[in-house]
Amino acid sequence: MSVFIIRRLLQSGVVVIIMSFIVFSGVFLIGDPVEILVSDDADQEEREEMIKSMGLDKPFLVQYGIFVSKALKGNLGESFVFNEPALLLILDRMPATMELAVVSLMIAIIFGIPLGVWAGLKPESWASKSIMTGSILGFSLPTFWVGIMMILFFAVMLGWLPSTGRGDVQVILGMPISIFSWDGFSHVLMPAVNLALFKLSMVIRLARAGTREVLHQDYIKFAKAKGLQESRIILVHVMKNILIPVVTVLGLEFGGLVAFSVVTETVFAWPGMGKLLIDSIGLLDRPIIVAYLMIIVFLFVFINLVVDILYSILDPRVRLQDVKS
Amino acid sequence: MKSLRRLGLAAGAVLMLSTPLQAADIVIGIRSEPSSIDPYFHNLGPNNAMLGQIFDRLNDWTPKMDKMFGRAAKSWKAINETTWEYKLHKGIKFHDGSDLTADDVIFSYDRAANYTGGNSSFRTYTKGKTLKKIDDYTIHITTEKPYPLMPNDTTTVMIMSSEAKGTGGKNKGISAKDFNNGLAAIGSGPYKFVEWKKGDRIVLEKFAGYKGPIEQPWDKITFKFIKAEPARVAALLAGDVDAIDNVPTSDIERLKKNAKVTLSSGVSNRVIYLHMDQFRDKSPFVTTKDGKPLDKNPLKNPKVRKAISMMINREAIVERVMEGVAIPAGQLLPEGFFGRSKKLSFEKYDPKGAKKLLEEAGWGDGFGLTIHGPNDRYINDAKICEAIGQMLSAQGIPTKVVTMPKNVYFKRASKGAKGLPEFSFVLVGWGSGTGEPSSPLKSLLATHDKSKGMGASNRGRHSDPKVDGLINEALATVDDVKRGKLLAQATELAIGENQGIIPLHYQVNTWATRKGLKFNPRADERTTGHDYIPVK
Repeated sequence: MSVFIIRRLLQSGVVVIIMSFIVFSGVFLIGDPVEILVSDDADQEEREEMIKSMGLDKPFLVQYGIFVSKALKGNLGESFVFNEPALLLILDRMPATMELAVVSLMIAIIFGIPLGVWAGLKPESWASKSIMTGSILGFSLPTFWVGIMMILFFAVMLGWLPSTGRGDVQVILGMPISIFSWDGFSHVLMPAVNLALFKLSMVIRLARAGTREVLHQDYIKFAKAKGLQESRIILVHVMKNILIPVVTVLGLEFGGLVAFSVVTETVFAWPGMGKLLIDSIGLLDRPIIVAYLMIIVFLFVFINLVVDILYSILDPRVRLQDVKS
Repeated sequence: MKSLRRLGLAAGAVLMLSTPLQAADIVIGIRSEPSSIDPYFHNLGPNNAMLGQIFDRLNDWTPKMDKMFGRAAKSWKAINETTWEYKLHKGIKFHDGSDLTADDVIFSYDRAANYTGGNSSFRTYTKGKTLKKIDDYTIHITTEKPYPLMPNDTTTVMIMSSEAKGTGGKNKGISAKDFNNGLAAIGSGPYKFVEWKKGDRIVLEKFAGYKGPIEQPWDKITFKFIKAEPARVAALLAGDVDAIDNVPTSDIERLKKNAKVTLSSGVSNRVIYLHMDQFRDKSPFVTTKDGKPLDKNPLKNPKVRKAISMMINREAIVERVMEGVAIPAGQLLPEGFFGRSKKLSFEKYDPKGAKKLLEEAGWGDGFGLTIHGPNDRYINDAKICEAIGQMLSAQGIPTKVVTMPKNVYFKRASKGAKGLPEFSFVLVGWGSGTGEPSSPLKSLLATHDKSKGMGASNRGRHSDPKVDGLINEALATVDDVKRGKLLAQATELAIGENQGIIPLHYQVNTWATRKGLKFNPRADERTTGHDYIPVK
């Protein structure tokens, strides 16, 4: 077991190193941050000074070396735009994004599973067909467009919900959280639904497929024959069995929700990490882009590592195969 | 003369008391977030707009940029060829209650001039100047050579308290971070800094001790950063914000019809223009009509450049592409600015004349071109490039159109090919922060020369010693009338005769508010809270 974990850790380390190089050289290839940041009036001397102070006059490999040696000490560089440590700027934005991701995950689960199970139990009914058609829309409509439409409908026409930004923030257990006040909740609702649409559709489809499959299993037939109540069969026997694939997929998708809520955050001016990333790309704030992608790489490597380890505990065949190879 | 009334320029004029008794708050949705609260960290539009409300400058521009008025300074004048005397107002208080004196001004200019680690400093404006304290309220600024642009330059550098405390390090022990969290953000402007939630909002609060000329219509100003254009407009329509800036031109017609919205627009100091490669004999994006390389560069011929200018129907671009919200341009600054040429008007659309000129120049058969431009920098930039491409293609110069995001574009346009401009025909814009044409003349049309700091943004490398001579002479002429004439002459020669660049139009910016408010349109494109005023 420990051999397996050590091997996986080493592989993860290699992935992180390779990714850091790819990310750094990719970012290095686009544009010139000085051209974007410098004031029009600056003369050539001023521009050269800036290039030097940002360390952009050095050859690529030297720049990469400096980045790595600093990163090993936990410093992912200073933002060009804000002149503050990139890592802190990103971590500062993380709670807002986490909040958005958690709320939209909740929406996907709370609405997705019952709707999916319903569609699985009564596949021929009018309601089920509508649910399934709706889920196709959820998959295929672009987030950006849906976001704007939601703003036009709920904020501009009806005036029910605020169209932009994050609401009042309270500090709870050291975390700045906004969803426990009405103001904060009303702000998070639209972006969260917008972000949840895709996942919601996926949960509906997974739950429906699972339900259809489980219904034909012997233990359901046996439960029915035993005369158990319909509600107990669905809530206990069906639910338990369809949840496994749903939970597995959602767990992995959560990383994606956190990392790439860029579009939703931009449309709703949500002050999270995604908005920081897209703003930083526009301004070529290389340290932020690199630090952000490194954090995401770490996040995914970590999730995959945990999943791998869990699998190997659950399924000895994985472990044995690994030792052999 | 609304601006005059608003600023109360008449000495000690008391502004009409129109402030209602209840607290007046405004929420403004703006496109661009500043990068710092440190006034010397980044010489950039959004920063200068935001921080000018917190910090005073010695003097400043009226919104239309046609006049200067004193902020910290009561008066300024040249007492000899190389010395300017600034007298400060007595009794100006910083937000922490301390007095603003000559020491604070000298401290501020010193920090600005020696700032390290920022993104483009204010050294362009402090270079070669020595500040000397005469008494607590008098400062002499001296230069080695006569320097007429002193009052223009002092509209840029902001004044911070010399007693502000930071957490150590360079830049006099005060870091950008100390400003961003409010510790050192102590100015003497009409509004106090309250908080900055990055990516979300900046909140300012009225400074009760402010006695200067800027009106304070609001008790609290909240700036929310809403970058996406449709989202910003929607936020206004939904009533989540009271006002927005940078209204997209495509929404203007629709908003005009909306009874709940007021639009305010004004011409800016920004001209959109074209650079043409005038330094290479083989220009990479000038080809034969069927796209093969050319061994001669027709753009070097002023007649060809003029012909291209005549092929462009500026009125059609303004009408169709800009939806009427722009003004056709024939020089570097729109009407009302200092140092403009009275002779130059915009080049009229003249296809026949253009054809004749091309023939005279020996290019009657035409040639191929590629126009490059950004697609996220200026209002409708990519669409303008497409329109120009179509106009030239229809008149014997088949033109390809390539546009790209600004973060890729500007590097390639300035030094993409071995340190030289990569393109042959580019669309760019220039806003004259000094409110007169010497800055664009110096940067765009003077010969590119690193050692002299001239022609820094001259992406076509236009070069004419006569133009250089006129610019240098103007920059050393203290007499306003004479300098104005020299600048006009330089413009007439560089644009009117040489066709060094092709001006297209002056950008017009539009701000929108809910009914009951309006904005004093600012020629410097800044969005400032105190320029939003209730309509009586």
